[in-house]
Amino acid sequence: FLQAEIFQEFAVQGESVTFRINLSVLLDCLTIFGTSSLPGTSTALRMCYHGYGHPLVLFLEEGGVVTVCKINTQEPDELLDFDFCSTKVVNKIILQSEGLREAFAELDMTSEVLQITMSPEKPYFRLSTFGNAGSAHLDYPRDSDLMEAFHCSQTQTNRYKISLLKPSTKALALSCKVSIRTDAQGFLSLQYMIRNEDGQICFVEYYCCPDEDISEAEV
Amino acid sequence: MRFRAKIVDLACLNHFSRVINTIAKLAKTCTLRLTVSKLYFILNDKVANGGVSMWCDLCQMEGVAAEHNEIYLELVPENLSRALKTAQSAKTVKIKLTNKHCPCLRVAVELPSSSSNSRIVTHDIPVGVIPRRLWNDFREPSVPDFDVSIYLPVLRTMKSVVERMKNLSNSIVIEANLSGEMNLKIETDLVSVTTHFKDLGNPPWASEGGCLSSAQGRDRESMAEARIDIKKLQHLLAGQQVNPTKALCNIVSKRIVHFILLHEDVSLQYFIPALA
Repeated sequence: FLQAEIFQEFAVQGESVTFRINLSVLLDCLTIFGTSSLPGTSTALRMCYHGYGHPLVLFLEEGGVVTVCKINTQEPDELLDFDFCSTKVVNKIILQSEGLREAFAELDMTSEVLQITMSPEKPYFRLSTFGNAGSAHLDYPRDSDLMEAFHCSQTQTNRYKISLLKPSTKALALSCKVSIRTDAQGFLSLQYMIRNEDGQICFVEYYCCPDEDISEAEV
Repeated sequence: MRFRAKIVDLACLNHFSRVINTIAKLAKTCTLRLTVSKLYFILNDKVANGGVSMWCDLCQMEGVAAEHNEIYLELVPENLSRALKTAQSAKTVKIKLTNKHCPCLRVAVELPSSSSNSRIVTHDIPVGVIPRRLWNDFREPSVPDFDVSIYLPVLRTMKSVVERMKNLSNSIVIEANLSGEMNLKIETDLVSVTTHFKDLGNPPWASEGGCLSSAQGRDRESMAEARIDIKKLQHLLAGQQVNPTKALCNIVSKRIVHFILLHEDVSLQYFIPALA
């Protein structure tokens, strides 16, 4: 989620506009002048979309050179609805990201799953892996400095495929805070708060469903 | 067939090394053409890629003595580049063509040493001598009558843009006019990207007469364009380690783009033909 405030000008006609676009193409266009900028130079960007059937048009300018990109848009996919409702949240923790970064970097990747335990009692918040070398547990105490909020009403243990969670480490690396929530079915919601250079805030959200084989066994 | 040369000027030596390094990056083998007054490096990718030709001529070598007026040698520039690495703080460098067991370019680097005798490091680089009947293959391409001649934009910017465009398309269109404007364009099913450069300036001969019959009387706004292989362009730009003193290109509409890069006394010319 990028808030409109990040942009100097932001205008949308109509309620909302949705389209699908090739992400790597978009990235190549946004970085057309290179990824490292010389001190003193900045790149200006203007984006326009004229509606269904039109390409997304990007105007980028750096040092007097103008690049115009027209990226073809596609039919939007149906967004997967995890039906994760904020009111049905059973457990919620907000942590400072630096606390999780090291943990995620050291996760045993030979383990197929990451098990997350959240509880009002010990161990409070535990990350576990079960790999070739054995099982590893990482506990975060409730009164740790890194813990910004702790609202756990029930003891829940859920396992998630580690391959599904791996992409979220990129968001973790950029974020300052992360909120971890689970609902009664064990669906996991990860929300990363990212602050950019100007102090503006963006969010990245991950939803993940629990690994079914194991959870059924536990029931 | 004899060839002997000596370089005593450190700056000239550095130029020479830099040129060799650039060439080593561009091709595995190259042809060295030695004449009485100049040294040419020719990279002729015709067989492999349908043609980037690069020519560079160096001046300033003392004592070139060729029996016939010219010698053509085939060599691996990487070997020469490595030999010259030892020459960074050399007093002199002597290059000689020898034929002990097989033809070799002998590079003798005289290094300063604390004792009164200098140390000399010698590298023998095997070369192939190209027979006279094949010399026509290596003729310097004549500068074609071009439609537009224009100075290139800052190479750093051009490099970034072309690198990104390479991810998106296999071919790129270069177009330019006599009003100092150049556009780089790619177009695919997914995206079209155009980068506009302005105020680049056109070399003086572009609008005056000279050998440019097609450029005379040309509408200043009208663009000459050619579609070329983007990898070749990117390769060329990536090989430029140092910003050239002058960089320009000549475009023959739909036929060929001719790049000329001048680094003090070294000139490199690249010809990239247009794609069908």
